[in-house]
Amino acid sequence: MSTSVTQFFEGLQSRVLEATAARRLQEKIVIQVGSATCEHAAGSLDVMDEFVKHVKSSGRQDVVLRKTGCTGRCSKEPIVGVTVPGQLPVKYERVNRELVHKIFTSHIQDGAPVVESALDDSLSEIHKSEFVFCAGVRCGLEGENVMMHKFAQKLRDRAPHPETIKVSKVGCFGACSQEDRGKCAYILHRPSKAMYRIHSEQDLDEIIATQVLGGQLVERLLATDQLVSKDFFDMYGDVAFFNRQSRVALRNCGVVDPESLDEYVTYGGFKALGTVLTNRDPQWVINEVLKARLRGRGGGGFPTGKKWQMAFDQKETTRYLICNGDEGDPGAFMDRGMLESDPFNIVEGMIIGAYAIQAQKGFLYIRAEYPLAIKRIQNAIDLSRASGLLGQDIMASGYSFDLEIRLGAGAFVCGEETALIASIEGERGQPGLRPPYPVEKGLWGKPTCINNVETFANISAIINFGGDWFARIGTAESGGTKVFALAGRVKHTGLVEVPLGTTLKDVVFDIGGGVQDDKPLKAVQTGGPAGGFIPAKWLDMEVDFAPLAKAGSIMGSGGMIVLSEEDCIVDIAKFYLSFTTDESCGKCTPCREGTTRMQEILERITIGTAVMGDLDKLERLAQLCQQTSLCGLGRAAPNPILSSLDHFRDEYLEHIIDKRCRSKKCVALIRYVISQELCIGCTVCARNCPVECISGKRKEVHVIDQERCIKCGQCFQVCRFDAVERG
Amino acid sequence: MSHCCQVSTDNWEDVKAKCLTALPEDIVNYIDDHKGDEHAESNLIAILHRVQRHFGYLGQEQMNAVAQLAQIPLAKVTGVATFYHLFRLQPRGKHVISVCMGTACYVKGAEKLSQRLMDELGIHYGETTKDGMFSLDNSRCLGTCGLAPVIMVDDQVYGPVTPSEITIILEKYIKQPRAAAPKAALAVQ
Amino acid sequence: MTEPMIKLTIDGELLEVPAGTTVMKAAEKLGINIPRLCYHPDLSLEGACRVCVVQVEGFNHFIASCSQQVWEGMMVQTNSPQIRQARRDILELLLDNHPKDCQTCERDGNCELQRQAYRLGVRERLFEGKRKQYPQDESSKSVVRNPEKCILCGRCIRVCAEVQGVQNLSQHGRGFNTVVGPANLGPMDESACIQCGQCVAVCPTAAFLEKDHTERVWEALSGAAGKKHLVVHTAPAIRATIGESFGFPLGTPVTGQLVTALRRLGFDAIFDTNFGADLTVIEEGNEFLKRLNGEGPLPLLTSCSPGWINFMEKFYPEMIPLASTCKSPMQMTSTLIKTYYAERKGIDPKDIFVVAIMPCVAKKYEAARPEQLLSQGETVTDAVLTTRELAWMIKSYGIDFANLPEGEYDRPLGVSSGAGDIFGTTGGVMEAALRTVAVKLTGEELGPLVFEAVRGIVGLKEATVSIGGQEINVAVCDGLTHAKKALAYIKSGEKNYHLVEMMACPGGCIMGGGQPYPPFEMDVLDPELAKLRAKALYSVDAHKQLRRSHENPAITKLYEEYIGEPNGEKAHELLHTHYQARMPRGIR
Repeated sequence: MSTSVTQFFEGLQSRVLEATAARRLQEKIVIQVGSATCEHAAGSLDVMDEFVKHVKSSGRQDVVLRKTGCTGRCSKEPIVGVTVPGQLPVKYERVNRELVHKIFTSHIQDGAPVVESALDDSLSEIHKSEFVFCAGVRCGLEGENVMMHKFAQKLRDRAPHPETIKVSKVGCFGACSQEDRGKCAYILHRPSKAMYRIHSEQDLDEIIATQVLGGQLVERLLATDQLVSKDFFDMYGDVAFFNRQSRVALRNCGVVDPESLDEYVTYGGFKALGTVLTNRDPQWVINEVLKARLRGRGGGGFPTGKKWQMAFDQKETTRYLICNGDEGDPGAFMDRGMLESDPFNIVEGMIIGAYAIQAQKGFLYIRAEYPLAIKRIQNAIDLSRASGLLGQDIMASGYSFDLEIRLGAGAFVCGEETALIASIEGERGQPGLRPPYPVEKGLWGKPTCINNVETFANISAIINFGGDWFARIGTAESGGTKVFALAGRVKHTGLVEVPLGTTLKDVVFDIGGGVQDDKPLKAVQTGGPAGGFIPAKWLDMEVDFAPLAKAGSIMGSGGMIVLSEEDCIVDIAKFYLSFTTDESCGKCTPCREGTTRMQEILERITIGTAVMGDLDKLERLAQLCQQTSLCGLGRAAPNPILSSLDHFRDEYLEHIIDKRCRSKKCVALIRYVISQELCIGCTVCARNCPVECISGKRKEVHVIDQERCIKCGQCFQVCRFDAVERG
Repeated sequence: MSHCCQVSTDNWEDVKAKCLTALPEDIVNYIDDHKGDEHAESNLIAILHRVQRHFGYLGQEQMNAVAQLAQIPLAKVTGVATFYHLFRLQPRGKHVISVCMGTACYVKGAEKLSQRLMDELGIHYGETTKDGMFSLDNSRCLGTCGLAPVIMVDDQVYGPVTPSEITIILEKYIKQPRAAAPKAALAVQ
Repeated sequence: MTEPMIKLTIDGELLEVPAGTTVMKAAEKLGINIPRLCYHPDLSLEGACRVCVVQVEGFNHFIASCSQQVWEGMMVQTNSPQIRQARRDILELLLDNHPKDCQTCERDGNCELQRQAYRLGVRERLFEGKRKQYPQDESSKSVVRNPEKCILCGRCIRVCAEVQGVQNLSQHGRGFNTVVGPANLGPMDESACIQCGQCVAVCPTAAFLEKDHTERVWEALSGAAGKKHLVVHTAPAIRATIGESFGFPLGTPVTGQLVTALRRLGFDAIFDTNFGADLTVIEEGNEFLKRLNGEGPLPLLTSCSPGWINFMEKFYPEMIPLASTCKSPMQMTSTLIKTYYAERKGIDPKDIFVVAIMPCVAKKYEAARPEQLLSQGETVTDAVLTTRELAWMIKSYGIDFANLPEGEYDRPLGVSSGAGDIFGTTGGVMEAALRTVAVKLTGEELGPLVFEAVRGIVGLKEATVSIGGQEINVAVCDGLTHAKKALAYIKSGEKNYHLVEMMACPGGCIMGGGQPYPPFEMDVLDPELAKLRAKALYSVDAHKQLRRSHENPAITKLYEEYIGEPNGEKAHELLHTHYQARMPRGIR
């Protein structure tokens, strides 16, 4: 039996290899254009269109256009990659039609990259090749840096043109095996994609002698193991935003064509499924996932292996598997990224999960707001089914499992397991009682496992590289990486995947580049509307489920919003609460009524009509909602309030007692006053005031009638003498 | 009474015929195709999505037809339709503008954009301008946080947008009532 | 197999209960009643109100005791200061979004929300803010829907779906804007509502109420709009339940007090709907015998329950030919009052005002059915009072019901057999019919009186009765989900019934939508309550000399003097009706 799976997979691989070879990409100039909702919004379809025109009119046969997903570097999209054979790939940012023309004429036709438009200034110096060292951030191998510096020195000493060779480091390749851990270092050579495992300085010398001087690969030192993020770093390893990340779940995002099964297989796709179906042991799969210490990426952090085990152990044999793609947190888009940019990986992860719990049918519950994700997942399902990777007798293993997409229709609460099940059943998406838990009695009363998109995105890597390997990437409690959607007042926004246990500081400053305009950081909000605020002073905190919970926040699905002193904490708390109030399903009393009352109190605080007693009521309601609500949404709804009261109570007090908002966000509390000293009586403010509440004769000091002022700030903006003070 | 037994008292055929005229054929076929499914009622949301895609909103007549043809209680159909934000029970304007109210957009001034839109269009969220040109919505995070703040007109995302750019964007649609969707627009199937 | 026992501690006291017991039920074993609102023992679990939360050691959040099953070693606190505050606050949150009109509310004094608010000590308002505002829906002839008073416990939705299979109610919208109502939140009279009034019965507040007819009765009694001859007749089930409203133990028949109270209220003639019930047995029995003879389709479906008739017309119009064409006992009685009685008394029917005291709210619609009006378009029943409404009128008048002397119904329409009495409980119509049918089929004067197989509160009862060598398959349905089941059997041909009794309400009329709200310790729909009330009717029956409808001398006289032959021309004109498919068509 198991030989047939092997045969099947080999057949698939050879067919794909042939097809790929026929494309002869290695000999061609490959232009890859990002294609995802965000890329499209930024104009990548126009960019693709323009490239098509250029390639056609140039008549060049050696230029290939490729579509890839999104890397997650949002603020720089559309992103275009150009790979000329034998050279380092070049990535361009914010590409538009004009820039396409430049790239084509200068880079493609004349061989001169458009330096000033390179992504994140990655072409400030032009290199012919690059040696990327693994910095071993997780294994803590201090020696790495030493090796890197030694290598750089040797290059300067011995290479004829050291300035053309770049030496850099990335966070973690996630490459080491248990035995090698801490004993060796990994080096990725670009553009040859050669991966070396070195143990000593002599190894470095050999690389210089053979590769740098001789132009040959050092066969002896080549790492035979496949590295999970090799292809990603090969493409993006020179960009600071990416090379501090560890790409496991997102490893193919921005690398493969999300609509091509062949490409996915080329990049190692379905190997894991082949392994699983060859082993023919669901318990083995569960054990690997248990070893991996993979915890649910949807927010709760329940150990995935444990959940699978519970479902597997049920007496009932009709079982369902659900992928929760109802990404609803405002400010979170990692699931969309994975669904759009690496859909086959999600499908493969699901099939493996289904095999582990022995489910016959699976559902992908996706937000209807993600039409492209839906299209690509459907495409992945169709192609997989057509290739015998899904449906009846998967990979000739005898195991059958099929997938179906179910659409959400705009309800945040459907992220809650029981509500999601209700929604798939075609009901109002209201949570039900637990217990019984879905693994016991879920969809249509049958054992049902629900896992998040990102959870499934990790599965194939866990199978390919082992649970132990995955566990090593993270912390003692939680294995692997976590993808965050970094946004708010941070310089570089986008998807960030880092090993669990990475400090907030690393994420916000090293990867995110710090706060916009270098303003002081106030807090980092994690976990979306169910999360809390981590004050700036706790920036050294390691990002993991337990420390976040201790700080009054949650991991959530991975939203990470950077707040600076320009943001009012009460205002942001009110924003999140109004979101939950709006999304409350209305079923249980504390959430339905309590969130509305809390919102009313917050409203009073931000417009200056609150009294001190309101703060006690707010806390009392918050606790009530947390303690007595039916589902997780209600219980977590007060988190933004409770955590902001914990860390920023003084701001609440300022609003209530002093009627002052220090960040000038609460409009009702702002007062505009015209300075006696600075006003020259030019009348500009009076003429611009929409409610005509500024009086004063020409050349005399003007006065604002506070009673009538609507605080629109027009006077403040138009005064050329800074005479209007905002307080 | 035996004499009345000859006359059919059943109104199903009439009810069905009326329902069939309320829905396009493809939706009727979709309902029929799934009627025998093991958990046929679970397709309700998918059916409603199709009705909305076709009509732009869920009319009472259509929902009634869905209830009868799929044999799902009408109260459940309308209960479900009113639960989910994406379902609209009123016809929409020619162009639907949504202001993203995700955190990133909020932090970067989405409220100012929505105020400006309300001022310019003279409508609130959930309303349609008198000339039927624009409907205004606020939406949950559109997932394009990097471009914050963003608004979406039909399927085209604009970002980052400043309040003063609102006028320019609106004019694009007013001037070319049948503006060909820009190529970059994301095609919603 | 007995469930294994689980040991747990509640409020410091150790106890042992079978596995699978909920914390709420376990606490009841210790005599602790945990407060509750959305919970209803005979409906599915909702877990929505959160009033029943308890503290469990090891948990940060509180746990709803209605749904949480006990586990070994569980440590529960039902009355810690934290729990008391949480429950108080939850109750306040409900009150804060509820009209402040308790004093003028119809349910003042028997409102569960009010009762719990008092019990939990909501003595001040801390969190008040905006309040929902919705118009009241008075479109239905039977049921008034007032969404402002709704606390979203979901009992009405559940009873409508789970017990009645009508599924006419759903939550609409979400969050703070959630509203319970029929499809599109449209008017009730344009919905699939079959007007059984079970939503009224289970509602803890006044979000659902019967359409008030007391005003028009007071007005008629006052003679303000011209003195009329005031006639009242009382349904079989009333005598079994109205005593509850005046402190009588459950299941105490109070026929005599009821009659006296009505006389005190000022009615000129007090008749018994039982008379109509006896008449129904004759007419329906004859119809059945004809069909059994091959003249018409089988099975014959009874037609006394207006909720069932509404259900059939909206949900199963193709079954109309199977239904008996007999009017309900109420309508037969009222018709005869305005014809037979009027003629005998020499009163112009226009000068007669007929009030029917009914356990039912659907009767209010039935009374207004256009096909059951007199030739000039007048109603035969001018007002329908539910048991609750009558009890209130008696109290309002100040009548000391409990100490009233026992009165007697007037003649001739107050004479009835015990068969008429048992019409008020599920299986009663069937038993009454069988008593007469048995005699007619066998020709023996003394057939069987008690048909045990059709008694009891079990939903769908089936029996095969052997009468005179003929096997008659009967079925008795109470609660429309059971009716659905029986109809499915009929449709598929799986069961070969001859006669099927249909009652919309679970338990029959004794559990009708217009019956008194049960005392604190009992719930509406509680089968125990139904049994007690049924017992009252069976005892009235057992104590009567006259127990077969056809033996009722007043009935015999009616046929001789006025109607002629059962199922004859006059009978058809006065006592029979017809049905038609009605919209909207319900989804089964």
